[in-house]
Amino acid sequence: MLTFNSLNFRTWSKLGQRGAFFGLAVFEVVEQFDNTMILTADLAYLTGLERFINKYPEKFLNIGIAEQNMLGISAGLAHEGKIVFATTYASFITMRSCEQMRHYLGYMKSNIKIVGSGAGLIMSYSGNTHYTFEDLSIVRAIPNITILSPADATESVKVALAAAEFVGPVYIRLTGGLNTPMVYKEDYNFKIGKAITLTNEGDVTVFATGSMVYNSLEAAKILKEKGILVRVVNIHTVKPIDKECIKVSNDCSKLLVSVEEHSKIGGLGGTVAEYLCSKSNHAPLLRLGIADEFRHAGDYTYLLSENRLLPEQIAHDIEEKYLSLIP
Amino acid sequence: MVECKYSVMDKETKSKIITLSAKLRNHSLKMALDAGKNGSHLGGGLSLVEVFATLYGIVISDENRNPANSNHDRVIISKGHCVLSYYSVLNEFGLLSDEDIASFETNGSILHGHATRDLSRGIEFSGGSLGLGLSYAIGVALAGKINNRSYKVYAIVGDGECNEGIVWEAFMSAAHFKLDNLTVIVDHNKLQYDGNLTTIMNMGSLKEKLDAFGFNTNQVDGHDVEQLVEAFQNYVCDKPNAIIANTLKGKGVSFMENRKEWHYSVLTQEQYDLAMSEQSIKI
Repeated sequence: MLTFNSLNFRTWSKLGQRGAFFGLAVFEVVEQFDNTMILTADLAYLTGLERFINKYPEKFLNIGIAEQNMLGISAGLAHEGKIVFATTYASFITMRSCEQMRHYLGYMKSNIKIVGSGAGLIMSYSGNTHYTFEDLSIVRAIPNITILSPADATESVKVALAAAEFVGPVYIRLTGGLNTPMVYKEDYNFKIGKAITLTNEGDVTVFATGSMVYNSLEAAKILKEKGILVRVVNIHTVKPIDKECIKVSNDCSKLLVSVEEHSKIGGLGGTVAEYLCSKSNHAPLLRLGIADEFRHAGDYTYLLSENRLLPEQIAHDIEEKYLSLIP
Repeated sequence: MVECKYSVMDKETKSKIITLSAKLRNHSLKMALDAGKNGSHLGGGLSLVEVFATLYGIVISDENRNPANSNHDRVIISKGHCVLSYYSVLNEFGLLSDEDIASFETNGSILHGHATRDLSRGIEFSGGSLGLGLSYAIGVALAGKINNRSYKVYAIVGDGECNEGIVWEAFMSAAHFKLDNLTVIVDHNKLQYDGNLTTIMNMGSLKEKLDAFGFNTNQVDGHDVEQLVEAFQNYVCDKPNAIIANTLKGKGVSFMENRKEWHYSVLTQEQYDLAMSEQSIKI
């Protein structure tokens, strides 16, 4: 039984989102839902599933390097009442097996939880084939798939439990590596579809998701010193988006900002923009994210920096935009 | 182990299945006619008539055909366009109503050109995009093993469909997981949309490939119900089963047989009348 307290949150943050998900949360999931199965495409050890396999060999299947077949088999298992977690790198599972996602999850509504690990730029020196900055746009366009993007290791545990309980297809996007910063130091309520406003003071609202929630909080601290107060909202559910939260934020903000470790096209920023454009008047939206190009590889910090996603860069770009709005 | 309930193919049973095949062929042609200018997949529907008649008429028992029985046999149509004979056989066994059939290819109908999952009607899988049904069937068969259920899984794939990479990923995994509760039926009509299988993409011998992939493979005349029954009975412990059914695309209608133009086409009243005049049994 997992205990949600500050001490554990600190320990879990060392494991990162993927480590906490597959090293801890899945045990809790299986205790609550005996019909759970975990499938991987030759990424069991890298995913940190060794302990799980040792404890529950009958609840684990390795399909080999065949992501498309993995989703087909997952769907067949789901057909017979299994709750299936299918996992590999986010890039491969959302793109190599994109049509399988559309067919088995979207069209047939199979009760599969796809867990894409290493999303964003964390794959650093592996290069662009292993980066994933298109997945939100791709998966979002498919009907019936709920998209969850946890902000830290603790939230990835909450996401695992919520996804298992939720009946229907889910895509879970895991970002960051080991020793990830903590967004949550105390326990809190997580509900699919309900965004969480982390700081609620100011006339700028930042909608952030995944790894960028922490960076946005840090950016907000920098801006506070400069006299700009920023509300930071954790959009852990990218689809269905919390429209009420965007509406409320729009009503109280001079500037809206989206921050994501994802392409600026079609992800969180795109979602917010699509909602806002139907309003007769809305605050301007600054969309921060990964540039629309393939760049040279580098370490994680270098890549974030190249895409202006480090806290000081986020703060700088928000400040610049904010000041430009003052007549 | 597979229980053998149909070890002897007596004359009466054989005659029953042949009559059922004729009925399904008649029914398929009528559905094609009623589809009007929307057209339908005639060639690959007619090639599977005897397979469906044998599978639903004799291999699967009444009890195991009933979707309300949680342990019913699972038939998964990966080759989603074979709906003329598929819907016909479901109608024959009361899973699809006459009203359902009348709604074929009408606006908003559940019965369009590729079968869509509808468990109460015995349709387990949504087909259409080729290659996706076999992996699904592997998952269903695996779950049968894991959950200790005795149901059998029958997956129908086209030979052209075997061009798809995921089909071979699925074949690979069927043997790996020792799915002897799975039978894959390949409708080997040797014709795909653009022409002959060997001209478009020569896959060589499917039998040799499936043997090499670890299947218990039986290659039979897919229009000979006796051979089909024998193939369905052939069982090897711990091996997935494959039946390569050598068939003719458009089987039973002289001007459609082995003609790629009839993969998908409109059937006019004149053509329907001509086709029906060739049917030895009219029902």
